[in-house]
Amino acid sequence: MRFGIVVFPGTWSDTDCRHAVNGVLGQESEYVWHRETDLSGFDCIILPGGFSYGDYLRAGALAKLSPVMGAVREFAGQGRPVIGICNGFQILCEAGLLPGALRRNGHLAYRCQWTNLRTERADAPFSSRCHPQQVLQVPVSHGEGNYYADADTLARLESEGRVLFRYCDTAGEVNAESNPNGSVNNIAGILNEAGNVLGMMPHPERSCEPMLGSDDGNLIFQSIIDHCG
Amino acid sequence: MTVSQETLDQIALSRAEYEMIVDRLDREPNPLELGMFGALWSEHCGYKHSRPLLGLFPSASPRVLSRTGAENAGAIDIGDGWAVVFKVESHNHPSAVEPRQGAATGVGGIVRDILAMGARPMALLNSLRFGPLDDPHNRYLMQGVVEGISWYGNCIGVPDVGGEIGFNPSYSQNPLVNAMCVGLVESDRIATAAAGNAEDVLLLVGAETGRDGIHGASGLASRTFEEETELRPTVQVGNPFLEKVLIESCLQALATGGVSAIQDLGAAGLTSSAVEAVARGGRGLELDLSQVHRREEGMAAYEVMLSESQERMLLVVPPANVPQVKTVFDRWDVPCREIGRVSQEPVARISDGPELLADLPIVELAGAPQYRLEGSPSPDYEERQTLTMQEIPTPSQGADDILLRLLAAPNIASKGSVYRQYDHQVQTNTVVGPGSDAALLRIKGTGKAIALAIDGNSRYCYLDPYAGGQIAVAEVCRNLSCSGAEPLALTDCLNFGNPERPEIYYQLEQCIRGMARACRVLGVPVVSGNVSLYNESQGQAIYPTPIVGGLGLLEDVNRHAAAGFGGEGLVVALLGSEIGRYRAADLAGSEYLDLVHGLVRGRPAIDLRREKQVQELCRHAIAGGIVASAHDCADGGLAVALAESSILCGVGFQGNDLIARLSTSWDAALFGERQSRIVVSLAPAQWPELERLAARMRVAVAQLGVTGGDKFQIPGHVDLPLDTLADAWNNGLERALGG
Repeated sequence: MRFGIVVFPGTWSDTDCRHAVNGVLGQESEYVWHRETDLSGFDCIILPGGFSYGDYLRAGALAKLSPVMGAVREFAGQGRPVIGICNGFQILCEAGLLPGALRRNGHLAYRCQWTNLRTERADAPFSSRCHPQQVLQVPVSHGEGNYYADADTLARLESEGRVLFRYCDTAGEVNAESNPNGSVNNIAGILNEAGNVLGMMPHPERSCEPMLGSDDGNLIFQSIIDHCG
Repeated sequence: MTVSQETLDQIALSRAEYEMIVDRLDREPNPLELGMFGALWSEHCGYKHSRPLLGLFPSASPRVLSRTGAENAGAIDIGDGWAVVFKVESHNHPSAVEPRQGAATGVGGIVRDILAMGARPMALLNSLRFGPLDDPHNRYLMQGVVEGISWYGNCIGVPDVGGEIGFNPSYSQNPLVNAMCVGLVESDRIATAAAGNAEDVLLLVGAETGRDGIHGASGLASRTFEEETELRPTVQVGNPFLEKVLIESCLQALATGGVSAIQDLGAAGLTSSAVEAVARGGRGLELDLSQVHRREEGMAAYEVMLSESQERMLLVVPPANVPQVKTVFDRWDVPCREIGRVSQEPVARISDGPELLADLPIVELAGAPQYRLEGSPSPDYEERQTLTMQEIPTPSQGADDILLRLLAAPNIASKGSVYRQYDHQVQTNTVVGPGSDAALLRIKGTGKAIALAIDGNSRYCYLDPYAGGQIAVAEVCRNLSCSGAEPLALTDCLNFGNPERPEIYYQLEQCIRGMARACRVLGVPVVSGNVSLYNESQGQAIYPTPIVGGLGLLEDVNRHAAAGFGGEGLVVALLGSEIGRYRAADLAGSEYLDLVHGLVRGRPAIDLRREKQVQELCRHAIAGGIVASAHDCADGGLAVALAESSILCGVGFQGNDLIARLSTSWDAALFGERQSRIVVSLAPAQWPELERLAARMRVAVAQLGVTGGDKFQIPGHVDLPLDTLADAWNNGLERALGG
């Protein structure tokens, strides 16, 4: 299958995502420059991590205005899979494709570390290769990953089963100690209403080879590949 | 002579140097011309006091692809068509004045040095020094510096994979911020900074030129400073987003094949960048400053030429290729202007529109005078080196308490709370990240990895600069060897006080001689570096601090080791296990002596041939799959090394009786910092193999105990729960920062 990897000025996980899907998983991919508007040749769009336009204003606040984002909205509207990682998650929230916002980390410092993620459901296009409640080892690297949504939105997300990943300990226990940024309900990744758009702060493309510490990220990409058949 | 002393002070030239300029030009320079001389003849750009000494370093090996000093960084052939480019540079004075921007722009500057070699920056490391953390100003400096590195490095997508942080009162007003960058480039595509073709166009790309950083090279980096607040405007302000797009756009421009040379704009801005580029190519230049894109109106030519605005590069492009190169920068929305051209005649002609403002021979501009000074040791030098048994009382605390104090001391405690603020994984090559002896990065598309480390112990250099210099080189090579990698080459940053003082020049010369000797014995050239002198405030110099960055190569990435023990039920052994005979010698210059007895005394020593053998044994043992971990025995001595390996693995250690008998007293055995020792762990079945290998390589090895359980024990001396040790080591730095 064919991934489109969106590149904004300031994006830096683009090459890592390409290495994961091409180099490790043997799929095709192409970079999509932020000025482009045609995504018709792709099966899945990745919005990678980085600091789009420097993120000096607010993470993702400028990227949402890029020409490519109109095309991403259209692509998502057709029910095709979109995954936003780190800055990509921030952009999806800013663009209104996902609810809520990512605030500065509770402790106000940047954090790069391994986290454990509990897979809350195994029937999403992004998690079909996982067992329900499976704990994945995936690292985070961000200064603004503290997910927040108002009480009503949060209640909807929870009741509709749209929280896909939660920070937990190695045993799958969700607690404050395993939360790297202070996000509400230990949220690490959420789905849109239709279930075809995922935003997550952790970087699955950094955990695709045992040599780098974990290859659990492959489960997420493999699930997408299965979904796109 | 019409020039005032005030003007000369501003650009840090002496009256004699001014007269030399007049003599060479056969006329008086105008203010712009004088400013250009001041910048290029500064210590920072001209290496007036250090160049003759730097020639002592060996700089060649079959793998070296660059000529040291001729380009912006050293390039090393790692095979498979790839070269690794690396360099370390200081940003001490700016960080003292404004820690966040000073450190951030230090990162930005070294990244552009690597970019100027045509390489993609793939790793950052840094070596930091601060005064004691009980002083709130030092805490402010450290927090600012760490924030600056984190902010800038994270934004540009280059992983910060390692480094070290040290504390000593001599750095209280004068912190050290040394940043190292490592890049990867196809070995036949290394770019040059030599502009050799007349008529080539000079393209200035990146940020607008503003009024920031004027006199950074001459005023800030080349003299001691007492009045920090007045110097704040000389510190530059960074824009990491622009740096990121500058990296991408410059690499794409180079990939078109249409660029003949590329140079970064660093200290002394456009002046040094353009003049050095054409000086390397034996050519001259014509610049039209009216074409320079500026941040503000009304800037004088002097300001444009000496601005140190960040995130700018100079490209030298044949006229026919200019449109193609400009297209790349347009795509990235990066400003790109034609500001002049390379000329046949080796003269710098600077104009602003039609008006000629400066007309200077390149050979004079680039020919800063060289000074060979006479050094002499300071009067108390011998007293420092003398240390007798009688002066070191038997400690009133037991080994348990001392070990916990050492583990929690900011010099030794884990720096994890700092490193987790740096992205150390982006680019997905980090096999071993910060916190081990060396970082390990795989090279995609090959089975290889490079090892990176940076190190320096100023206390040893203060006590004996010659031995300290040797140890600095030996230790960084040992760090690389502990990962299994063969040391290939070094870069260095020499941080010293005012070299015009005999005792400082003595330190500088002795240190360099010691480093050079170690380089020759260990077979590693120095391929790039930087000198930071005048690190003084209120008449007090910092400890002499050579910081050495090392590059190693691992042929098989899967055959590597890290510092934490390999698991439970392993034998722990010491490579280089000779028994010390003198307590005072074994304790010389140790962290223990300083922390527990308040003594910075003694004479550190190293036997370089033994060092070489121990490192070779370690590498063989890792390559042969004999040992499961390797950790350098350094600050805090053997007990600290064992404790760190235990904590990193999360497995206890039961030592044997030999440990406390490795010197004539238990404190020297546990906490002495004798060189050339490495702690390893291995499966019991592998022990005979290690013994055989060690015998063949003539290195003494001995078993020190076994791993397992949840206690850390050295019979008769230490018996502590592993959790207690881990708490001291893991949280020591944060507690010290808490004030």
